[in-house]
Amino acid sequence: MQQYSGFGLLKHSLSHHENWQRVWRNPTPKKKYDVIIVGGGGHGLATAYYLAKEHNITNVAVIEKGYLGGGNTARNTTIVRSNYLWDEAAHLYEHAMKLWEGLSQDLNYNVMFSQRGCLNLGHTLQDMRDIERRVNANRLNGIDGEVLDAKQVNEIVPILDCSSNARYPVMGASWQPRAGVARHDAVAWGFARGADMRGVDLIQQTEVVDFIIEDGTVVGVKTDRYGDIKADRVGCVTAGHSGVMAAKAGFELPLESHPLQALVSEPIKPILDTVVMSNHVHGYASQSDKGDLVIGAGIDGYTGYGQRGSYSTIEHTIQAIVEMFPIFSRVRMNRQWGGIVDTCPDACPIISETPVKNLFFNCGWGTGGFKATPGSGNVFAASLAKGEMHELAKPFSMFRFHNGALIDEHGAAGVAH
Amino acid sequence: MFLIYCPHCGEHREEEEFHNHGQAHIARPLDPDSCTDEEWGNYMFFRKNPKGLHHELWVHAAGCRKFFNVTRHTATYEIKEVYKIGEQPKVVE
Amino acid sequence: MSQKNRLQSGGRIDRSKPLTFTYNGKQFEGFAGDTLASALLANGVDIIGRSFKYSRPRGIVAAGAEEPNAIMQLGATEATQVPNVRATQQELFSGLVSGSTNGWPNVEMDLMGLVGKIGGKMMPPGFYYKTFMYPQSMWETYEKVIRQAAGLGRSPKEYDPDIYDKMNQHCDVMVVGAGPAGLMAALAAARGGARVIIADEQNEFGGSLLSSKETVDGKAGSAWVASVTKELEANENVLVLPRSTVNGYHDHNFLTIHQRMTEHLADRAPNGQVRARYHRVRAKWVVLATGAHERPLVFANNDVPGVMVANAVSTYINRYGVVPGNELVLMTTNDNAYHTALDWHDAGRKVQAIVDTRKNPTGPLVDAARERGITVMAGSAVIDVQGSKRVSGVSVASISEDGSKVTSSAKKLSADTVASSGGWSPVVHLSCHTGSRPVWDDSAIGFVPGKTVQQQLTAGAINGHYTTADALSEGLQAGQDALEKLGLAKAEVALPESAQVSESKAMALYHIPHTKPTSQAPKQFVDYQNDVTAAGIELACREGFESIEHVKRYTAMGFGTDQGKLGNINGMAIAASALKQTIPDTGTTIFRPNYTPITFGAIVGRDCKELFDPERYSAMHKWHLEHGAKFEDVGQWKRPWYFPKAGESMQEALNRECLATRESVGILDASTLGKIDIQGKDAREFLGRVYSNAWAKLPVGKCRYGLMLKEDGMVFDDGVTSCLGENHFLMTTTTGGAAGVLTWLELYHQTEWPELEVYFTSVTDHWATMTISGPNSRKLLEELTDADVSKESFGFMDWKPMTVAGVPARVFRISFTGELSFEINVQANYGLHVWEKLFEHGAKYDLTPYGTETMHILRAEKGFIIAGQDTDGSVHPYDLGMGWAVSMNKPFSFIGKRGMKREDCVRADRKQLVGLKTVDPNIVLPEGAQGVFDPTAPIPMPMVGHVTSSYWSANLGRSIAMGFVKGGLEKMGEKVYYPLVDGRVVEAEICSPIFLDPKGERQNV
Repeated sequence: MQQYSGFGLLKHSLSHHENWQRVWRNPTPKKKYDVIIVGGGGHGLATAYYLAKEHNITNVAVIEKGYLGGGNTARNTTIVRSNYLWDEAAHLYEHAMKLWEGLSQDLNYNVMFSQRGCLNLGHTLQDMRDIERRVNANRLNGIDGEVLDAKQVNEIVPILDCSSNARYPVMGASWQPRAGVARHDAVAWGFARGADMRGVDLIQQTEVVDFIIEDGTVVGVKTDRYGDIKADRVGCVTAGHSGVMAAKAGFELPLESHPLQALVSEPIKPILDTVVMSNHVHGYASQSDKGDLVIGAGIDGYTGYGQRGSYSTIEHTIQAIVEMFPIFSRVRMNRQWGGIVDTCPDACPIISETPVKNLFFNCGWGTGGFKATPGSGNVFAASLAKGEMHELAKPFSMFRFHNGALIDEHGAAGVAH
Repeated sequence: MFLIYCPHCGEHREEEEFHNHGQAHIARPLDPDSCTDEEWGNYMFFRKNPKGLHHELWVHAAGCRKFFNVTRHTATYEIKEVYKIGEQPKVVE
Repeated sequence: MSQKNRLQSGGRIDRSKPLTFTYNGKQFEGFAGDTLASALLANGVDIIGRSFKYSRPRGIVAAGAEEPNAIMQLGATEATQVPNVRATQQELFSGLVSGSTNGWPNVEMDLMGLVGKIGGKMMPPGFYYKTFMYPQSMWETYEKVIRQAAGLGRSPKEYDPDIYDKMNQHCDVMVVGAGPAGLMAALAAARGGARVIIADEQNEFGGSLLSSKETVDGKAGSAWVASVTKELEANENVLVLPRSTVNGYHDHNFLTIHQRMTEHLADRAPNGQVRARYHRVRAKWVVLATGAHERPLVFANNDVPGVMVANAVSTYINRYGVVPGNELVLMTTNDNAYHTALDWHDAGRKVQAIVDTRKNPTGPLVDAARERGITVMAGSAVIDVQGSKRVSGVSVASISEDGSKVTSSAKKLSADTVASSGGWSPVVHLSCHTGSRPVWDDSAIGFVPGKTVQQQLTAGAINGHYTTADALSEGLQAGQDALEKLGLAKAEVALPESAQVSESKAMALYHIPHTKPTSQAPKQFVDYQNDVTAAGIELACREGFESIEHVKRYTAMGFGTDQGKLGNINGMAIAASALKQTIPDTGTTIFRPNYTPITFGAIVGRDCKELFDPERYSAMHKWHLEHGAKFEDVGQWKRPWYFPKAGESMQEALNRECLATRESVGILDASTLGKIDIQGKDAREFLGRVYSNAWAKLPVGKCRYGLMLKEDGMVFDDGVTSCLGENHFLMTTTTGGAAGVLTWLELYHQTEWPELEVYFTSVTDHWATMTISGPNSRKLLEELTDADVSKESFGFMDWKPMTVAGVPARVFRISFTGELSFEINVQANYGLHVWEKLFEHGAKYDLTPYGTETMHILRAEKGFIIAGQDTDGSVHPYDLGMGWAVSMNKPFSFIGKRGMKREDCVRADRKQLVGLKTVDPNIVLPEGAQGVFDPTAPIPMPMVGHVTSSYWSANLGRSIAMGFVKGGLEKMGEKVYYPLVDGRVVEAEICSPIFLDPKGERQNV
């Protein structure tokens, strides 16, 4: 097993980088696994990694329809933060945040987690009340956070228009210093490599076309390439297509799959050092280590599996960005793209048992899944390992939509992914 | 970006004049009080969310304010038909 | 300044109009009709930038949108800076100031290049994933260094002085590209009577015809272009858009066009013109005639300045009268590129050799080269390039028939320019934008548009048919097809004649072998802008990145501002070869909008600053401004927040406003509250279904407060609804909730209960609403009306039509302050008049205007909620202690009834809204403070609810607050603790939220 390090790079450069080992194998699946994870995105790969690492369950397959990390992991705007309002969500996202903080070392793969801080701007009195409420809750939950006034915001981001001329002047912000961004592809690849080296089979270009269910219990999956594969437990982590997968298993979920778009500018010299988000003006931006301004906004209002949305959403987003940062008017937009997000009515995920025994779903992350990747995988792995939901996952049961115990994070989620 | 035919206005108009209201044909239970929590939760939240043909509710928000149904393919985004509330779709899977 | 590479004649430049421009601080001269790139080449400028990762010197390689290297900073002033302008697309103007975007201290003598040379070996693709991890604490430092290398150009630091606009367009046929195919399509469609838009990214129409010596209809190509363009321009059904890039193709045939209006004139738009215009086009049919980009070959040191794409060299010669060097070596896999050698030779400069990778090239073009005495080296390739800041020579060797191996020793040729051609890549970008996957075409050696659900036609080189004759005929066909689809008759258009030069078969070759394996050969660049090499792609494949998307993401191929227009196909071919697959098996490449980058300002248009979101004002807004109001944004409304007098602090103003209202009379502009007029014989029944309380017996002339719930039982809006007539009601909503409530009512009426006869009309803007509140309010009203407003004949929760200040009014005796209160509604255009009359008569009562903040305080003294502040979508009426507003016995199961009975909604320990009195009456709790029962508990502390409303009450001489507390309604008199950000822990007692006049006597006087 090869360790990555600067020294390794030097050593390999002497042999023209001809001897690097494969990052992961390309195995043919076995007939049966202890656990099958459907979906090789960040959350699925993290689940497999923690199953192997923390629960010593290595007879695991991850089955991915396309290529690893090719769904929303490949298409998000990479923001990581944990400043959620309600205890249940805050604990889950903070669990993820703590894992992020040592992730590169844990994986021996630099996921470039950059804690450059995140501002959530307030533009109205009610925004500021909500910010106070959220930051107070965060602090009592052990999550870092401060409430800043407009002057303090302007000191952190001098290029932000904090003047009273703005249509919705900045009144203040919440500030989470430990928040930041990470290199999205590297997260998937790092977890994949870590899982593979512990014996997990990563099966790419293979679609799970159905679940094999006997007497209300899942016993395996049907695939398009390798036929039936048996498993004791199946975890479905197919963001964007969770509703489609649930239909195969014979039930509905409280989800709608919407397009979520994002865009980047051309790369420019560093000018924005933190993540700046505004629910009210409705846009957010950060700048990548390559120099691109990475920009996003809200979801499109209709169900859409096309990985593309409506142009007007892009227009509104850029209007918001130029309203916030007037100096960017002459900067140019390079590329836009779309993902498919499974949105829940309460803007919180579903990590849950299902009506089918031994079939578990991890879905409904809406616009906020990337930041939870390690935490989501970690608690889902624990749940799959024990066959019962992890303490942090319990509140996120799909059955809360029956009993009414919703966790309404629209305020903390909003535009702020 | 969609070009949507409003069956009430009788014209194709830009998507920006409309709002989507999700899955169509979800009837409110006639006797809510006799519903179980599960039945009531299913009515409020659980959805088909199909990849393919979808019958959905739209409103001509910046137009006539009328609701109507659309059959749309959720992957290609083709609109197959529009029809008024109370009518049934002709294009079905 | 001499333009050493400028030809004496020829090209489409105007030698009588010299233009002076600046590049990297030096002055140069070019001509009208030049691009910045052609002018730089004319002046012999070789190095225009440094590469991103290895800091290698780079020159111009292409002549159009596909240029990866010549990325410039433009702008003479700080406010007019534009980053990342492609020199090949920037028309030259007098006074243009440009600079290269990388290189330190400058591009000629770059010290970072040294780092690139030494460190380059340590920087294979993805190297950063493998290092900078230890120790963990150092990552921030590493990242700072990495970040310093980020970016190409820079953002301006001052605000954009220019403006932009937008136009919505509709047409029958949108033709994208005005080369021979697009022009023919537009001509046919226009003659057939269709409404046509034709757009091209270049400053003039003609496409490939502008840069070749081909003839059409027996005349020079450009002359034919001119005649067609003239006809199109004269047709009033045709919109002709040069300098207009069709950047995005979206669903249902929606396209966006970025038209550059003044960027060719100056870096600041002259005379208040718009700098760019954005066209939003809805087309019935689209004809894509976007042509093809020539593909360079990938060979060792193919990035030394002087290495160019073959067709670009021809373009510079034929279109701009510039020969970008003296000694040319052309490497080609096809006949077509021979034109470049012929052009070079005919311009009077030396062609050292044509290096043809094919074993036995034949045909008229090959003959033409030989006739000119040009050496053709068949079965050979340029395997390496010499030179650092400019090509000085090349190594040519024989290669195997399949192009995979070098089969002879290399021979060195002297050269300062290397042109290469690996064939053409159809410009399929737009057809991919709507999700259509391109398909590989072996005969075209490229991807062509795949199946689409859009109303789309294609013509010319985009289909992989690269000759002018094909372009003309397919363009004509597309135009006729569009007419047919539109139900129009065929147009009378003759197919123009063009010279058919027969070409022999091209070779499918992308990556030129070297004597050493790729991993050890000098760098062979695939994607110039991101420094992606053939070795890097092979390494990615070796490491297991086998999907083309993985390869692209791992190496960053195609992620530059050129989006891989030159490099992607080569990269895919190299990956396919490494994985021993075909190109189509390896995957298709998906392009996203934009085709080329677009200025944010152009996308924004006028929808920023004042027009970002409209501001709504009440009819009395002018008065508020004149009286020094501070405003609060509520929805789109500007509402007076408070009215400070000179020298007053906010708290002092609030104290004064609150006291005046309770002691005499205050006035609030309440016009912004949503008002919905509801009529129909079933209006009453409908209200009973959408409100939680009973409406069956509300008599005409009476008002009632109601809570509106969602199906889950949670409060989402509230307000007073009044019975105007047996079948006529006026509903009020919160200011921010008005639009949502109206949609909600319509939704239920139209989809659930269409059998009910009821009609809703928003009348918010029809009325000006002013509330006079306080013990003297009746006296004041009496002075302005003849109506009897006494307690006896105008009771609490009554409304009456009457005349106020001489105008018809509806007056409602409702109260949000708990005081005697009259809400006067008049037609909006009378609003200011009545308002001023009230002040005229109110002076003696010290009538005091107050804003939303005092309104909030006064209602909080009474424990009245504000939906949206004291509710958040997660509380039902019982949580709010408002069970009195729920009528469980109504026959119809109203919206929210079933929802609030769900298991979780009937828990005893739900958070419930209560009053809070701080033990120290001088402390005002911050709104949003979180309460705990045990202030000594460790973090994470169990929280029991937050403060929703909190104020200093001047009337009570103490602070008051409302907030949620778990099980709070059963905990009256118990304590809650609020640990604050500043370290204080504030103790408060749970109490009734009604702090003042609990019996409600003041409003009943």
